[in-house]
Amino acid sequence: MTTPIAVPEVAEESAQQLKVSKVATGSGKASRATQIFLAVMALVWFFPILYAVMNSFRDYAYTAKHGYVSFGGFTLENYKNAWERADFSHTLMNSLKITVPAVLLTLFLSCCVAFVVSRFSWRFNLALLGLFTAANLLPPQALLIPVYRMFRQIPMPTWLSDSGTLLNSHWGLILVNVAFQTGFCSFVLSNYMKTLPRELYESAVVDGASVTRQFFGLTLPLCRPPLAALATLETTWIYNEFFWATVLLQQGDKFPVTSSLNNLRGEFFTDNNLVAAGSVLVALPTLIIFFLLQKQFVSGLTLGATKG
Amino acid sequence: MARYKGINQISGVDRIVVALMIVVPTLLMVWLVWLPAIGSVLLSFTNWNGIGSIGDAKFLGLKNYHDVTTIYPPFWPAVRHNLIWLAVTFLVATPLGMFLAVLLDKEMRGSRIYQTSFYLPVVLSLALVGFIWQLMYSRDQGLINGLTGSTIDWYGDPKYNLWAALVAACWRQTGYIMLLYLAGLKGVDVSLREAAKVDGANERTTFFKIVFPVLAPINIIVLVVSVIESLRAFDLVWVINKGRNGLELIATLVTQNIVGEASRIGFGSALATIMLLISSVFIAIYLRIVMREDQR
Repeated sequence: MTTPIAVPEVAEESAQQLKVSKVATGSGKASRATQIFLAVMALVWFFPILYAVMNSFRDYAYTAKHGYVSFGGFTLENYKNAWERADFSHTLMNSLKITVPAVLLTLFLSCCVAFVVSRFSWRFNLALLGLFTAANLLPPQALLIPVYRMFRQIPMPTWLSDSGTLLNSHWGLILVNVAFQTGFCSFVLSNYMKTLPRELYESAVVDGASVTRQFFGLTLPLCRPPLAALATLETTWIYNEFFWATVLLQQGDKFPVTSSLNNLRGEFFTDNNLVAAGSVLVALPTLIIFFLLQKQFVSGLTLGATKG
Repeated sequence: MARYKGINQISGVDRIVVALMIVVPTLLMVWLVWLPAIGSVLLSFTNWNGIGSIGDAKFLGLKNYHDVTTIYPPFWPAVRHNLIWLAVTFLVATPLGMFLAVLLDKEMRGSRIYQTSFYLPVVLSLALVGFIWQLMYSRDQGLINGLTGSTIDWYGDPKYNLWAALVAACWRQTGYIMLLYLAGLKGVDVSLREAAKVDGANERTTFFKIVFPVLAPINIIVLVVSVIESLRAFDLVWVINKGRNGLELIATLVTQNIVGEASRIGFGSALATIMLLISSVFIAIYLRIVMREDQR
């Protein structure tokens, strides 16, 4: 998991220059040497992914005979085998069942917190926001024991969780993810909501709109840009989440895709081409999101840098 | 209809709604983050073994901490590995990410393609990064050994595996740091740069005298990110070998002490508390920076 982090505004004065600097791009033209250096670096950076994709299409018998520094032996078998061995149709579903509710709940709760904090001025606002943001940065491993023990004690009706407790249940995992991610999202959203003109709320109040109406009718529609960015980012993160999924789910049939990759490794022998195919399959959803919503993703990672 | 009493006026029902909006998320977070954090600290002073009720646990004082630092062999290697992890992310990934950002901030063709290539690994989970690099590192089927003819087991040999993992980790971290700096560079005043150019400053001087000072808050953020990330480095080594044999990290030791068959709760909690202590220092620094503008 990448530490989600909000970047503070770089400097007060420079914020006004932001628009200008976007147009006038950086510090002048790049030299040829720079261009070549960057091209080489970009290739080097892209290589591991390219190599994984390439080998995912190669037959094990072929690469075992000719070595990996060779060309040929292309097949689709690895994907078929990986799909079955790692039970991807099942684990992808698990990932979906965890990710979608977790992202929606995170965004909704963060909007609530951000709305209250930015709309009403109370004394505890800043402390509360600090508490949320800090929670987001604590190392999850350090909280494992109490969370694990609590979840084991909390009974759940069996129609919600067949383990009978929050441990070993998707619900527990969803809650932990939400609790952790809400901090970052609240912080980003509250920064954005503070930039909304207060006159909007004033006229809403004069019109007699309730807080609920203001929230759903006014604030949420205006927050579409940061919400889109956060949704992209959080989907990727929660889909990629590994630690809590590994320790809180114990049955293989509950694991999301990332944790199920281990099934592709044999105890004594591992077919790397199979691992490559499995890795590509696991990466595919995030890569699709990334290429479709690249702008959202990047702006999400650096949100707060420009206060929206 | 009630008279308009200003923007903060709220009716009875609204009062409940607002309270719920703030109380529900706060309770969830306190329950799953802050209570466990306090719990870890408290448990670290007891001898609770996880079996039987917590009420039976005896207060041990600092004995767990004493044991961790004296008779627990993997502890000091784990601390060393965490420090190496931090040093490498800070001395390799950070300068490289910054350098790439500075280069990419110029006007050039294909800048977007380069950027995409650098931050593509950021969308992959660290666990997946471990698997992807296995294709390079594997002893019999890996590309490195295929090219060089060596027989080193890069992930298995305790002499090399930490460095192998670090290469993979940096591959991912550099793109992220580049993005942070790119966002920071967008905020550098263009007129300042032009003025420097007119005054005859070369690029290096401009960077160190004008750009770098503006990036100062980003530098601190990156430092905080590096510390917290290296403390939380877990996924990658866990998929390699569950953090054994040269890949011990504090995070993996905590997990092993709790999920493994030996459930030494008090002991594991002492390790967890050490992690909490270190991270809270840096979280405090981070909060000071990001909250500063709000306080004004």
